[in-house]
Amino acid sequence: MTALAPRPTSAPVRVERWTPLSGVFTAALVVLVVVLAFAPRLFGQGTLDNLVELYFLVILAIMWNALAGYGGLVSIGQQAFIGIGAYAVVFLSVQHSLNPYLAMLLATLIGAGISIPIAGVVLWLRGGAFAIGTWVVAEIFAILVSLDASLGGGTGTSAVLAFNLRYTPEQRLRNTYWFALAAAAASLVILFLLLRSRLGAALQAIRDDEEAAASVGVRVLFGKGVLFVLAGAGCTAAGAIILAWQLSILPLGPDSVFGVNWTAKMIFMVLVGGLGTFEGPIVGAIVLYLLETYTATPLGVWYLVMLGSIAIGVALFAPKGIWGTVQERFGIQLLPVGYRLRRRA
Amino acid sequence: MTWVNAVVHGILLGGYYALLATGLSLMFGVMRIINLAHGSLALVGAYMTFLVAEHADVSTYVALVPVLAGALLIGYALQRTMLERSLRSGELVPLLATFGLLIVIANVLQRAFSPDVRSLSAGSIGTASWRLTSSLTISWFDVLVLGIAIVVLVGLQLLLVHTQAGRELRATAADPDTAELLGVNSRAVYARAAAIAVATAALAGVFYAMRSNFDPSAGPTQLIYAFEAVIIGGIGSLWGTLVGGIVLGVAQTVGAQIDVQYFALAGHLVFLAVLTFRAIAQAGAFRSFGKVVA
Repeated sequence: MTALAPRPTSAPVRVERWTPLSGVFTAALVVLVVVLAFAPRLFGQGTLDNLVELYFLVILAIMWNALAGYGGLVSIGQQAFIGIGAYAVVFLSVQHSLNPYLAMLLATLIGAGISIPIAGVVLWLRGGAFAIGTWVVAEIFAILVSLDASLGGGTGTSAVLAFNLRYTPEQRLRNTYWFALAAAAASLVILFLLLRSRLGAALQAIRDDEEAAASVGVRVLFGKGVLFVLAGAGCTAAGAIILAWQLSILPLGPDSVFGVNWTAKMIFMVLVGGLGTFEGPIVGAIVLYLLETYTATPLGVWYLVMLGSIAIGVALFAPKGIWGTVQERFGIQLLPVGYRLRRRA
Repeated sequence: MTWVNAVVHGILLGGYYALLATGLSLMFGVMRIINLAHGSLALVGAYMTFLVAEHADVSTYVALVPVLAGALLIGYALQRTMLERSLRSGELVPLLATFGLLIVIANVLQRAFSPDVRSLSAGSIGTASWRLTSSLTISWFDVLVLGIAIVVLVGLQLLLVHTQAGRELRATAADPDTAELLGVNSRAVYARAAAIAVATAALAGVFYAMRSNFDPSAGPTQLIYAFEAVIIGGIGSLWGTLVGGIVLGVAQTVGAQIDVQYFALAGHLVFLAVLTFRAIAQAGAFRSFGKVVA
């Protein structure tokens, strides 16, 4: 009998996580982040300003992908956290004279804290109901902020004074740059470790089939809750960076910090890059950044029409996005969060 | 008396929300799609009516006729091209695609009609009202909208219960595969449902534009109100939608009575309260279910 039943170790497949390529790439990425940390010595102000934008787009993209790509949660309300981040910094640094960068750090924690009770209400909803439920939450925060005269009311507010009191414009840009780089790198590392952990395997099971995952003992609601709080904190950090980047903010309207256009951009980045892949949203963020830099001004209103149309087209005809297609065709994974079975040679 | 006035106006406003929500509820019931572009399609109806009324020099009510026919076609085409394809790719894709459509519609409207605020004339009925007491007046137009909402709901109910098309619709909603086996063409059924949904949305959009000023960015707000009415009333019930619309309307007008700025906020908070209540009830049900199993 023992001759017939092969021992597990002699199975013709092995489980693979790291490949030489992904090891090299991950190491290269770490080197890249270190090099980018010296960018304020190398590049001019315009480039730094652009890179800050790229960094917060990366944060927004990977956080939205964490929700939709791993939790199956299509949120149209992540702008709630962008707005909370921006206004929390105004509240702490302008009204309570805190150092603005300390305020940005604290704002991220506040965002994480606020996301917990929100999760308790909206995570019971599924599909489209969750989408609009989160949107209503964002609207509520936007209205509450616009009703608060001390935060500038409906006409918005500015944090110029809080920054100028302590820093020259050059110092502000440099510090904002470092904060944004650190936040983007930290977001990537936390999400990478989370997805490689035991909980990460559970999350990817939820993504693939929620009922099946629940039936084998995955705590679906807990997993989604972790993602929601992480995404809440990440988008709040992005909101804080957006405040430091544009200095003046508005609470109402599609272009404001609480505006739904942020969600349009997040969906665009994630869909184009590759929903549910780890690397895809980074690719998507770079694509959006290039489009925003080179086509937003000449296209005007058509710019958002273009983003919406591309998103529809990708959703219908190429749902794997750029990175998903690359992964499928070449079988490569640069930042491995999954497990793969390889036939032994 | 001002409070009574607020409640009465809220009930009448609820008629509009019920009309707006009917299509959203129908599409969710039949195709399990939440069409995020629903409010934007209502707005497209308003702008089409504006165009027809302007160019043909007819009243808003006359302009409605060709616009409703156009809306039926738009709904049919939307289902046949975009939604049908998105339905094949899982739960998320219809949401992402209709959200993309919402962004496209808002910005195309802004390009075509400028961001200026407009309004549609409601004719002489728009200004006529019954004056019941010194502080309670009821506008004819509001009563007309509530009446039409009820007519549409009754009409849909009759269609669903008593016609062959309605039976096919209910069968497909319950189980599309089995309905197919019995000879129902589910693709045609879906397209018909989408046509009806977009037409009712356009009708609601025109009433919205007659009731108040509108601009190209108004779509998302109308979607949210419609969705709140559906959720408050309970998903999947046409009459629940009317109840939900009325609860939302009353919450908004009573909120506005406290402070004009609380109009939308009060509706959102009632919606959130209903959600929280359901979440607690559901959690309680899970816990007692756990006890039964253990």
